[in-house]
Amino acid sequence: MSVTDAPPAPDTGPEVRRPSTRRRLVPYWLLLPGILWLLVFFALPMVYQASTSVQTGSLEKGFEVTWHFRTYWDALADYYPQFIRSLLYAGSATLLCLLLGYPLAYLIAFRAGRWRGLVLVLVIAPFFTSFLIRTLAWKTILADGGAVVDVLDALHVLDVTSRLGWTENNRVLATPLAVVCGLTYNFLPFMILPLYTSLERIDGRLHEAAGDLYATPATTFRKVTFPLSMPGVVSGTLLTFIPASGDYVNAELLGSTDTKMVGSVIQSQFLRVLDYPTAAALSFILMAVVLLVVTVYIRRSGTEDLV
Amino acid sequence: MTQRQTAGGDVRLTGISKTYGSFTAVRPLDLTVPQGSFFALLGASGCGKTTTLRMIAGLEEATTGTVSLGGTDITGLPPYKRPVNTVFQSYALFPHLDVTENIAFGLRRRGIRSVKKQVGEMLELVQLGDFAHRKPHQLSGGQQQRVAVARALINHPQVLLLDEPLGALDLKLRRQMQLELKRIQTEVGITFIHVTHDQEEAMTMADTVAVMNGGRVEQLGAPADLYENPRTTFVANFLGTSNLIEGEVVSAGTKGAGTDIVVAAGGGRIRLSAGRCPAPVTSGGRLLVGVRPEKISLAHADEAESITDGRNRVTGRIVDSSFIGVSTQYVVESPAGKALQVYEQNIERDTRLVPGAEVVLHWNPAHTFGLDAGQPMDAGVESVEDAA
Repeated sequence: MSVTDAPPAPDTGPEVRRPSTRRRLVPYWLLLPGILWLLVFFALPMVYQASTSVQTGSLEKGFEVTWHFRTYWDALADYYPQFIRSLLYAGSATLLCLLLGYPLAYLIAFRAGRWRGLVLVLVIAPFFTSFLIRTLAWKTILADGGAVVDVLDALHVLDVTSRLGWTENNRVLATPLAVVCGLTYNFLPFMILPLYTSLERIDGRLHEAAGDLYATPATTFRKVTFPLSMPGVVSGTLLTFIPASGDYVNAELLGSTDTKMVGSVIQSQFLRVLDYPTAAALSFILMAVVLLVVTVYIRRSGTEDLV
Repeated sequence: MTQRQTAGGDVRLTGISKTYGSFTAVRPLDLTVPQGSFFALLGASGCGKTTTLRMIAGLEEATTGTVSLGGTDITGLPPYKRPVNTVFQSYALFPHLDVTENIAFGLRRRGIRSVKKQVGEMLELVQLGDFAHRKPHQLSGGQQQRVAVARALINHPQVLLLDEPLGALDLKLRRQMQLELKRIQTEVGITFIHVTHDQEEAMTMADTVAVMNGGRVEQLGAPADLYENPRTTFVANFLGTSNLIEGEVVSAGTKGAGTDIVVAAGGGRIRLSAGRCPAPVTSGGRLLVGVRPEKISLAHADEAESITDGRNRVTGRIVDSSFIGVSTQYVVESPAGKALQVYEQNIERDTRLVPGAEVVLHWNPAHTFGLDAGQPMDAGVESVEDAA
């Protein structure tokens, strides 16, 4: 029986080979939708914007590629205060996010116990409401005569912040402080989640080992916990800083004309002034600046050396 | 570090216990570990040995009792103030630091700047000189283990605590590291307290072994003493293998006079020295008699007459035999016990000793020990799940 049932050997040869060729192509087929998506919605618009940025002309006569690179220089000369402001606000918001987010992420990772899941859901909960509505809510929270402003005023906090230029005439809305508060609030989850992920991966026995080797709890944090959480710190700050520096909603809704960020300028150049070349040039400058800042930051933090 | 100046001293645990809610991990326990000894806490997982170790390290707070070191009470001290260091199970090396910085960690925390010489000496002691700048993940398990030992020893602790330090290594490497740890201990002369579930490891390395079971110390002593004179069935079964036979005491014997206890079991009589039975013996009462498998000789039933008088004997039938090179292990079914183990050296093999053969088991009465019959006979027998 075993002899008659055995399939003839030569027949199996090609049948075995065919699926293996097909299998080799599978990864490419799986990649195709993603590649197409990137091509249509990323690469093509980039090329289109790049060409727009070196065009001249007007809406009536139409725009033409004239390799007018001066647009870049003019845009930077006109709007450098907004660039500096963007980096400053985004940087402040990122720092605040780190200061607020780290203790919370630490708590969730090491102390929350069975509440861990719930607290994580609470961190993400704001996303169930639209970004715009949440930012508008802050307009009410920080409004003149509101509880927050009254308390801060009574405590003379606003006197100090006004002197520093963060607030004006003891009001919070339409000041840099309001914009930074809005940015911090909106991007906090993007800081907490990566921080939590990298803290949660730290083996608790490393804390015990550090304690056993004469490190006080504070030294343990400085020498073991914090260095090991660096991947989370880096990805958290990037996820906060990059979108925050291009954000315009917070500056528009919570700020004033004096707190405009570069995102607002690009938006108004595109949609109100209809100066497409300048808007495109500003976009590329922003991209380049952010890329530069991020590269320097990653180099300095030396994350490639981390496990 | 004033504690470090104390000229050595014993580790003394007094009435120490640990409970988690309603679960008692360690029952009130008194233990003294003499300075400079290699002490092993041996037991199955969940017996409380690691908890005891962690209470000495300060990583676990004792529910009751005190820990003292060289006469100083250290019960209330946090781990970073105790002059003890731990080699953790799976090592807990700092992944972001290289071998040198891992080893230097304790020195730096105590404000010592020039660590190079000491680290170099330590690397030499654990034979890792060429790996000073590797990261832990670039090392093999055995190398990581040695870094963990060096990282603890460089601080010259009064006591080195080892929590299953060899558990993650394969058998061959484990044997090698056992010898190496023993060598290091002899060289540095620090008290080692070693927690393990491997009875062979405990016996090879330690001067004194404390066998723990269910949160208490069952028996404490030198390895050979524990092996030859177990006081409970748990110790008899957990350390090596024992054949335990239940019987009725015919003659109680007397300890001083040198008369033997005689027990009727499995249709025959077994004699043992009264001095080797810690349990109370009364004529007519029950008693467990035990003998180690390697102490027993096997004779084919046809040659029963040639056995010298005065030896204990039990008749039975071989049900299984396995050849393992240096010896052959037989399982014998007999009225005295369902599965008696016999290890025979492969010197002169009797070809008739195959499964199914009728045999006589005989041994010197001096190798027999007695145990209280009131305890479960199979306590401490390692089941397959435990070993996994």
